[in-house]
Amino acid sequence: MVVASSRRSRITLRVIALGYLALLLAIPVAMVFYRTFEHGFGSAWEAVTTPPAQHAFYLTCLMVVIAVPLNTLFGVGLALALVRGRWRGKTLVSAIVDLPFAISPVVVGLALILVYGNSGWIGSWFADNGVRIIFSTPGMVLATIFVSLPFVVREVVPVLREIGTDQEEAAHVLGAGPLQTFWRITLPAIRWGVAYGVILTTARSLGEFGAVAVVSGKIEGQTETMTLFVEQRYQAFDLAGAYAAAVVLALLALAVIAGMTLLDRRKET
Amino acid sequence: MSVRADAAALPARPVRGGLARAAGPAVGGALATAYISLIVLIPLAAVVVESTAGGLSAFWSAITGAQAFGAMRFTVVVSLAVVAVNILTGTLIAWVLVRDRFPGKRAINALIDLPFALPTIVAGLVLLALYGPKGPAPFDIGFTRIAVALALLFVTLPFVVRSVQPVLMELDREMEEAAASLGAKPATVFRRVVLPNLVPAIAAGAGLAFARALGEFGSVVLISGNIPFKTEVASVFLFGQIESDNTAGAASVSVVLLVLSFVLLLFVSWISTRGVRRGGG
Repeated sequence: MVVASSRRSRITLRVIALGYLALLLAIPVAMVFYRTFEHGFGSAWEAVTTPPAQHAFYLTCLMVVIAVPLNTLFGVGLALALVRGRWRGKTLVSAIVDLPFAISPVVVGLALILVYGNSGWIGSWFADNGVRIIFSTPGMVLATIFVSLPFVVREVVPVLREIGTDQEEAAHVLGAGPLQTFWRITLPAIRWGVAYGVILTTARSLGEFGAVAVVSGKIEGQTETMTLFVEQRYQAFDLAGAYAAAVVLALLALAVIAGMTLLDRRKET
Repeated sequence: MSVRADAAALPARPVRGGLARAAGPAVGGALATAYISLIVLIPLAAVVVESTAGGLSAFWSAITGAQAFGAMRFTVVVSLAVVAVNILTGTLIAWVLVRDRFPGKRAINALIDLPFALPTIVAGLVLLALYGPKGPAPFDIGFTRIAVALALLFVTLPFVVRSVQPVLMELDREMEEAAASLGAKPATVFRRVVLPNLVPAIAAGAGLAFARALGEFGSVVLISGNIPFKTEVASVFLFGQIESDNTAGAASVSVVLLVLSFVLLLFVSWISTRGVRRGGG
């Protein structure tokens, strides 16, 4: 009797949870895939290979190729400095490194315009020397770096704390220099954490919309990334184009999730 | 999330060794500080400076203007509602993923991260495709407040789930079995034994979800129709102000959002360290 009722309530809870996920996530995403391919693969392919679409894809790749390595270098360096070092401003930096997670992307865009815009604190100097940052690629790169900045730090800091310093100290005692210790001891120990951070950074760089929208000026075929292209196609009543580009981004997101799942298993073993 | 918090609470081991080893992190720290200053700190400081460019009275009238205030009020109200739903559904989903067994559970578990990985503009588009004016759903929620709430539910889904899940996995089931053997009904066991252990994790997840909802832009921009005084959220209002070159007004509203998200971050880190301390005894 008790067993029967607990079984029934377990199944009720399962149905509610899965139904919620289906209505909120799975069916809407499936719907876009269906709409994209309902007239065949060819028309979808055409929609994402127009020159503006190709340029948008190229720009998105450019964002990833610049932002991810920089944030990875910075992330590993800062994580090391936060966990292993003692320096002035450490507490402050540790507190503000999470801020990009909690700030509205539109505020990020505004903040960058105020500093790097043509009349901004730093931007005016660049403008005098003929370099345009805002409404151009460098500004979009800055926005992408800003929003994806904390991921590597946040993934590497706990790993560094967990592995401790025993092995590093042993390497030091045995005569290894700081660089050698890093390459041979520290980096292999934190590699899965770094990889996880890199995947999250890539996902965020690919998908950023708000901050890039503000600083790009949304110039079609010039400062339009994939996400901006999706919006622009939708606003131009080209639903097929918007859906097809969205499917490309969704496929990349699914690849990201597959990568995370693989790494989760790695980390467990 | 709380796995990270656990690790963060471990005391850092003191660094022993020569000067060269101490200098490396110090140089790294200086470089990192410069990088974070140029990209995050100086720009945010510029927002604060710009917000007071016209004096405090200009700041005050910018944030109490009818459209700005309406957008901020709607944002806070809809975010609170979304967080309330997340507390229920997030805890439920975490429970089902940890305690239940059914085929395809691994795939469902991976699916939870989809809102983190999917670009926000795509999130808005997929919801429109199903529930929008041309969608096959029997109702059309496009350009309504419900649509805004739905978009925010989509993007904030993982926070509470991912915060509660690890705590639930670590939870000692002996207490629950003891309570059940003493005659407590399953609902009572959950409320009196399980729930108190989950509260810090739920609160941390809810805080992060709230911060995310307050600033959300991409998923809302297509589906809400951005009707002032009705479906316009704070970030969409800001976007319009920036496009019409009212940077001082936009900066003032930004400062309000910045303060809110900073307070929420402090709340979340306070909750997580407190939970760890109690758990670690």
